[in-house]
Amino acid sequence: MAKNVLKLDHITMQFGGVVAVNDLSMEVNEHEIVALIGPNGAGKTTAFNCVTGVYEPTNGMISFYGEPMVCNHPQGKMKKLYKGQYYDEFNKVISPTPDQITKLGIARTFQNIRLFKSLTVFENVLIAKHMRAKQNVFSATLRLNAKEEQRMREEAMALLEEQNLAHLKDEIAGSLPYGLQRRLEIARALATDPKLLLLDEPAAGMNPQETKELTDFIVQVRDKYGIAILMIEHHMDLVMAIAERIYVLDFGKLIASGTASEVQDNPDVINAYLGVDEDE
Amino acid sequence: MNFINTNLPYLLAGISVGGQYALIAIGYTMVYGILRLINFAHGDVFMAAGLIMIYAVTVMPLYVAIPLTLAATVLIGFLIERAAYKPLRTAPRMSVMISAIGVSYLLQNLALYVTGGLSKMYPTIPWISDTVTIGTATTKMVTLITPVLTLILVIALVAFIQKTKIGMAMRAVSKDFETSQLMGIKINSVISATFIIGSFLAAVGSLLYFTNYAAVIPTSGAMPGLKAFVAAVFGGIGSIPGAVIGAFIIGICENIIKGVGLTTFSDAFTFVLLIIILVFKPTGLFGEKANEKV
Amino acid sequence: MTKKISTSTIISAALVVFLFALVFVLEKVMNPYSMLFVVLKKGAIYALVAVSMNLLNGFTGLFSLGQAGFMLIGAYTYAIFTIPADQRLSVYQYFDGGIIDFSIPVIPALILAGLAAAFFAFLIGLPVLRLKSDYLAIATLGFAEIIRAFFQWDALGPVTNGSNLLKKFPTFDSTIFPFAVAGICIALIVMLINSSYGRAFKAIRDDEIAAEAMGINLFKHKEMAFVISSFFAGVGGALLAMYQTTVQAMAFKSAMTYEILLIVVIGGIGSVTGSVIASFLFIACSEWWLRFLDTETFIGAWQVPLLRSGFRKVVFAVIIMAVVLFYRQGIMGNREFSVDRLLKKRQKFIEKQAAKKASKEGR
Repeated sequence: MAKNVLKLDHITMQFGGVVAVNDLSMEVNEHEIVALIGPNGAGKTTAFNCVTGVYEPTNGMISFYGEPMVCNHPQGKMKKLYKGQYYDEFNKVISPTPDQITKLGIARTFQNIRLFKSLTVFENVLIAKHMRAKQNVFSATLRLNAKEEQRMREEAMALLEEQNLAHLKDEIAGSLPYGLQRRLEIARALATDPKLLLLDEPAAGMNPQETKELTDFIVQVRDKYGIAILMIEHHMDLVMAIAERIYVLDFGKLIASGTASEVQDNPDVINAYLGVDEDE
Repeated sequence: MNFINTNLPYLLAGISVGGQYALIAIGYTMVYGILRLINFAHGDVFMAAGLIMIYAVTVMPLYVAIPLTLAATVLIGFLIERAAYKPLRTAPRMSVMISAIGVSYLLQNLALYVTGGLSKMYPTIPWISDTVTIGTATTKMVTLITPVLTLILVIALVAFIQKTKIGMAMRAVSKDFETSQLMGIKINSVISATFIIGSFLAAVGSLLYFTNYAAVIPTSGAMPGLKAFVAAVFGGIGSIPGAVIGAFIIGICENIIKGVGLTTFSDAFTFVLLIIILVFKPTGLFGEKANEKV
Repeated sequence: MTKKISTSTIISAALVVFLFALVFVLEKVMNPYSMLFVVLKKGAIYALVAVSMNLLNGFTGLFSLGQAGFMLIGAYTYAIFTIPADQRLSVYQYFDGGIIDFSIPVIPALILAGLAAAFFAFLIGLPVLRLKSDYLAIATLGFAEIIRAFFQWDALGPVTNGSNLLKKFPTFDSTIFPFAVAGICIALIVMLINSSYGRAFKAIRDDEIAAEAMGINLFKHKEMAFVISSFFAGVGGALLAMYQTTVQAMAFKSAMTYEILLIVVIGGIGSVTGSVIASFLFIACSEWWLRFLDTETFIGAWQVPLLRSGFRKVVFAVIIMAVVLFYRQGIMGNREFSVDRLLKKRQKFIEKQAAKKASKEGR
């Protein structure tokens, strides 16, 4: 049985009166490709943001390799609503910032590509190496540890070569065509040496041919780096082709989960999601 | 009772200055609400209003000079927006703020040139410069007029924003700049209107403020401007009632500090207050929270 | 990086040596009271302060307006600790010679000046850097005002001499001194910008959320940039004190910050060489080339209109507004002037020529 990488337990995210994610529990195992699907506004990106520390969930716990990583149990008025689930088992509040989560080994891409637009392709990847560099601001400024800088550069370059982006290394990231920007964003995420990669709509805005290429690419990334991948995606061909398990969200609630065929046959899913013509 | 008696002059002065800050603060808060711009030049527009008044009374009677001052200040505010901010509508926000600082620098240097660096005496406006005695405190009529006039203007302004079409457009633009543009709101006229209202109130504020302080120098606008901005932040930037309440609080506190004998720190206090509010409630008393979408 | 030293490095180093030699020779042969040296001295100091501000505004994307405040701290720290013990009684005449009765050498005092400014930056950064950037602008501006009031406070007189001048501390005569100090400091800033930390700062400038997702701790790095920038502003303030030979808190108004900001804008936000070039230009114009605008001038019996005291600054402000509005890139944009780039350009030019020639011959 594969090891559990990511586990969400009863995650709820509430903004004012809106419950964007409602009591979501799911898991991702080692070396697995898992998809999170659902109609627009179902709370998929919000769930991502809870995992990556952009939001602090209103209630629930997220563990990474069995260790609690994010944990919250509401106080006061909220407590009545959620009765402080998990309080008995684990009564500490943990709310790390996104950079701490990245350091643990979870990398992500964004729905609207967020590259460092004025920097070069090479610099974009090199920045990901910063957090693990053994240096401080003095040694870095005074070049006291040139080997470390050298190592960072070599690793970044190696990654660019693996991703076939090496010939673009001095291009300004913002000037790349859309498809390459997506590829670069994934390369940049991989440069943080993640154990789990979160992809937020990687195929958005791609034509069928590009989507096909991306499908192969995602599988390659998984095999080459031996990581687990959790993705949000609307392109059903892509999801059905490579996702080993699928979770379906609707109005913040998990309505189905299982393999592609299991989900496809689930009447709730057909009602909520596949019932409408979804094949974009 | 004794405490009130000894501190009454400071309290009165505080309420008065607070009202004057409020009139400036509205200009900041409205512009920020719509353009997300700290209009660093607003304090200098306030100073310019003071100088215009000084030069106007030397050549014309008071009843012409006052409306002329108001009109000229409004014109300056309008022109600044058209010349310095409008061309930068699509530029990064830092560029617009730098442009605002440039305008502030220009206005101060112009004032320095025109006045020759001398401080100019503000004219005495009859009736509002008269001396009155309340309890133990002797003060000018303007001290009593300011809060009343401020409240009247604020109520009128709020009614304007709630009831009129352009007021509704202002509210829409401050909620969502792009969408309201798509909805057919003439964004440039809304922004102009905002600057006109802000400059008008600043001009009224300058009439009241300088009647109390008597002299105008090129940097006269900087400190009241900064304080009014802090008041706007304190009340929750974008909120008009917030700015007014913030301004009164700052005016009163500042004068009480003077009363206690720590005059050096009356200015510093404002900024300590700013940092405290930013740490504990960054959105101010009445501000709304905005989340960036990821 | 490889140990191979490239041609461009050699040429750059040679240029720097040449520059220093030139200044040295000029000082020997020219009238030492020439305006040129005023411009060079003050320009070097402003260049340092402008580059330190650019580190924040241009490279980290933090809009800070506290530069004058940090310069003030630096200037005062330097002055307070270097006034010779036997002169203190005359300087602190209203405060019985003050409470500090020792003095330290110039170079440690310069470093101390930077450290003092950095320490205050650290404190102010703790609450403020967690906020959105607009608030940072107003809070740092406010902080600069508080500091100014604080240093003039009578109760601190035994240390700061209240609102009186501080004077009689060691100063410099040679232009080489500010050049060397500012040069070293700017070189350090450039090395920082080109290091891994500099890349992290630029990442924060481009996209905070993405930077955080790359494992960059936003607060830590912003605080770092803020503290380092203030350190160099403090050193710059100390140099300014040495240049002026006296210090008074009143001089460090927000107008000073504005001028430095405008230098950064004219030079190009995000360009170190731009800031340096703009500083010398700015000081040359304001102290020297545009001076004539401030004097009433007659051509025959006809008085040239507008020319009188204060006009220079108006012209200046108009030029600056023109740059801000129509020439937003500034002199350098976000590029750098470097020998490397020139060489590459030359290379390209030669290649083009060769290509032209080849195509001609081909015909």
